Amino acid sequence: MYGRRIFLEFVLLIFLPLVFAILIPFAYKYVKGIHTGWFVLLVPLLLFGYYLSFIPLTMDGGHAISEIKWIPSLGITFTSYIDGLSLLFTLLITGIGSLVVLYSIFYMDKHKEDLGSFYVYLLLFMTAMLGVVQSDNTMTLYLFWELTSISSFLLIGYWYTRDRSRFGALKSMMITVFGGLMMLGGFILLSMMGDSFSIRELIAQAPELVNQPYFTLALVLILLGAFTKSAQFPFYIWLPDAMEAPTPVSAYLHSATMVKAGIYLVARFTPIFGTSSTWIWLVTGIGLLTLFWGSFFAVKQTDLKAILAFSTVSQLGLIMSLLGAGAISYHTTDAMFAFATYAAIFHLINHATFKGGLFMIAGIIDHETGTRDIRKLGGLMSLMPLSFTVALIGSLSMAGLPPFNGFLSKEMFLDSMVALQHFELFQFDTWGILFPIIAWIASVFTFTYSLYFVLKTFLGKGKVDLLPKRPHEAPIGMLLSPLVLASLVLVIFFIPNLVGKWIIKPAVMAVQPTLYASPSDIKIHVSAWHGFDSVALWLTVAIVITGTLLYLTIPKWQPLYRLQPAKLSLNEAYDALMRLGEKGMNRLSRVYMTGRLRTYLLYMFAFLSVTVIAVLFMKDAFMIDMNSFAAISLYGVLNAVILLLSVGFVVFSRSRLAAIIALGGVGYSVALFFVIFKAPDLALTQLVIETVSVALFLLAFKHLPALNTHGETTKNKVVNLIISLSVGVMVTLVALSSHSQKLIPSISQYYKDTVATEAGGGNIVNVILVDYRGFDTLFEIAVLAIAGIAVLGMIRLRVSSRKETTDENK
Amino acid sequence: MKTNDVILQTTTKVVFFIIFLFSIHIFFAGHYTPGGGFVGGLLTTGAIVLLLLAFDLKTVQLALPFNFTVVTAIGLLLALGTAAGAIVFDVPFFTHAFDYFELPLFGKTSLHTAMLFDSGVYLVVVGSAITIIQSIGGDD
Repeated sequence: MYGRRIFLEFVLLIFLPLVFAILIPFAYKYVKGIHTGWFVLLVPLLLFGYYLSFIPLTMDGGHAISEIKWIPSLGITFTSYIDGLSLLFTLLITGIGSLVVLYSIFYMDKHKEDLGSFYVYLLLFMTAMLGVVQSDNTMTLYLFWELTSISSFLLIGYWYTRDRSRFGALKSMMITVFGGLMMLGGFILLSMMGDSFSIRELIAQAPELVNQPYFTLALVLILLGAFTKSAQFPFYIWLPDAMEAPTPVSAYLHSATMVKAGIYLVARFTPIFGTSSTWIWLVTGIGLLTLFWGSFFAVKQTDLKAILAFSTVSQLGLIMSLLGAGAISYHTTDAMFAFATYAAIFHLINHATFKGGLFMIAGIIDHETGTRDIRKLGGLMSLMPLSFTVALIGSLSMAGLPPFNGFLSKEMFLDSMVALQHFELFQFDTWGILFPIIAWIASVFTFTYSLYFVLKTFLGKGKVDLLPKRPHEAPIGMLLSPLVLASLVLVIFFIPNLVGKWIIKPAVMAVQPTLYASPSDIKIHVSAWHGFDSVALWLTVAIVITGTLLYLTIPKWQPLYRLQPAKLSLNEAYDALMRLGEKGMNRLSRVYMTGRLRTYLLYMFAFLSVTVIAVLFMKDAFMIDMNSFAAISLYGVLNAVILLLSVGFVVFSRSRLAAIIALGGVGYSVALFFVIFKAPDLALTQLVIETVSVALFLLAFKHLPALNTHGETTKNKVVNLIISLSVGVMVTLVALSSHSQKLIPSISQYYKDTVATEAGGGNIVNVILVDYRGFDTLFEIAVLAIAGIAVLGMIRLRVSSRKETTDENK
Repeated sequence: MKTNDVILQTTTKVVFFIIFLFSIHIFFAGHYTPGGGFVGGLLTTGAIVLLLLAFDLKTVQLALPFNFTVVTAIGLLLALGTAAGAIVFDVPFFTHAFDYFELPLFGKTSLHTAMLFDSGVYLVVVGSAITIIQSIGGDD
């Protein structure tokens, strides 16, 4: 359904930032006069402008597809699929991206910072993020997904000389990559079930997929990916540590875009998984838990950015829970749940606007006062009036007060949560009452930390003289982006339905394509005033009252946080896990990797005999066919006795010389066996080889230490005895069984028949060696040659290295 | 250091050639009767070891002025060359050719390219075995 002709393969635009990133180092190196950011700014602005042109298309429920084949044989393509949902995220990425780049131009110092790397990482991230939200192919979606993890890792660790930066970067990498890999597993399961990598095709097959055996597993794996990326409980712990990144990065990645990749994933896969109760319970439940947890712990923080990080965690939980509740609309016609999806998308936009602004303000405060510690700040209102205004607007919107956009989405959120308790499927009627209660408590804390954030910083007496820098208002360029975002906060409050018509309704339709034929079917009209009979209104009033009370009494109840022992925190659990990974695994490998050859031989032989004997018995392969045995000759018996005696002598001998001689005895009796069994060539070779090797043993004899027991204990001896016995038994059993079960006749008759005619020889053994299977011989003499050269090399090199060390000593 | 091993050395001078001739015989007879390049090579090695026992390392090196690593290399080349030579005649690698000839003194005899390959084996065995023994024996 193309609304208009698209003249460009717009999937290529995804790679525009990446291509531009190649040019950045040159711009940074050769154009010293101009801040590199100005060049970078072009990219998101251009993209934003271009993507705006898709709005009319998606408004009518249309979508656009552009595709380049990457690995066609595997069905992996770069497909850019733009519908309402993708477009919303694309506009967020490019729009907030432009503002963040603008902000960073004033934030990042031209002379002190390595801007080249910074903007390369940032553009890399932009491509990755555009790829995530536009990909229709799960494999390329995964590719871009990991690219966001990597670029985020680079950005968090941007000030790589700081320990905390490196720790935070590593932590976020570990957690998000863990989730990414789980998600890849889920994608693979999905593509196995649906036989396609394309998300659209998978959505089309959604009704059949539900009954597949791995459906729930795929669901959980994909949710793990979404939860780790979107910092849901208990994976949120990387986000507060990621605040070591430069503030523009925190504003961009860790509030507006990357952390919403998980939200995007959940929304995108709702048409596939949404009908499942597991999905609804997990997404709603974890979302609410995260909402509560994040808002509760935000008040504990003293760092401005940490407060915002926890607030982000909590708001992401809110959006997540709304998406979960929205999926209920597959089961009921209650309009309230269609409402929930709408609210989720709405709040997503609102959160991006006010949180982006707040982060930038936190950055400005840090930049202008030299600290982000809320305990040191205060009384900045008159010094930084513009920042204060923006911060106030952002905070009140976050708290959910009119006339700011947060109010509208918060009202819708409360309405949805209240509606949840009336839902009658999946035991929601028993547990449903918990949802509005938790939501309400979390909202109270949200209100409290919003006040805490803005009032503690800007009001009060303050200790302006004690601050590291003399605070003053930030340059206007730096304030420009937060001002734009703050005005958006206001504007959206007054025109929510326009935003709804242009952006939200198409997105809702993309999340629940089966429910609506076109975006205009979504009959939702957002209004700030519902009348006095609205439940949400009274809940909000209660939130404001309780929240204000809580804020005023913070010093009284803050000690409550100390009740939680530090040892029991999730961060501690993560650290313990990492310690376990490093030290525990180290210890484990030290236990079995003793470095002693004896131990390894023990493992190998024990494993060999146990597995072979077990297989023999399991397959019932053991048998002895007495009939196939030849008659035993007297010479054979005598020779066997000699052989056994020699072997016994080798094993029990206490002198090395005696052992060597006994070994020679073994060799000669084997040669005798060859004579008895009519193998003259073998007998000859064995005889000579045995002589040469005994001579070599004797040659090396004077260099060898005395034969000692190497500290063998009785226990060792017993273990050795058992292992060697079992290996002996195993080999004997295998030899007997395989001898008794010959499946195919030997090929030796062919050799006998053709040796004179085909090969012109009489000695079959020799003809086989040099003619029929001369290849083997060729490489055996190569082995011999290598052995000779190796001995020569070993002895010569040892001598020369000894000489070198003595030279050094002189 | 060495005592006067007149008997040993004299016997060696005789026995060496007997062993050597026997090893040559074994080598050539290999295609029809037990023997071949490997055993032949080892027996030659045995003869040289006998020399080494009776005389010392330097004397033997003077008597047999070969570099045995080069001998090994020649043997490998000979074996590989024989095998590769088949390609020239547009037959698969390692195809041997033979025919019967009426030679003076020997009578009807077959000449076989496998013999060339076997001489490669022989040289490699002698070369590497002596290399090993010389380098271990020459090390203090």
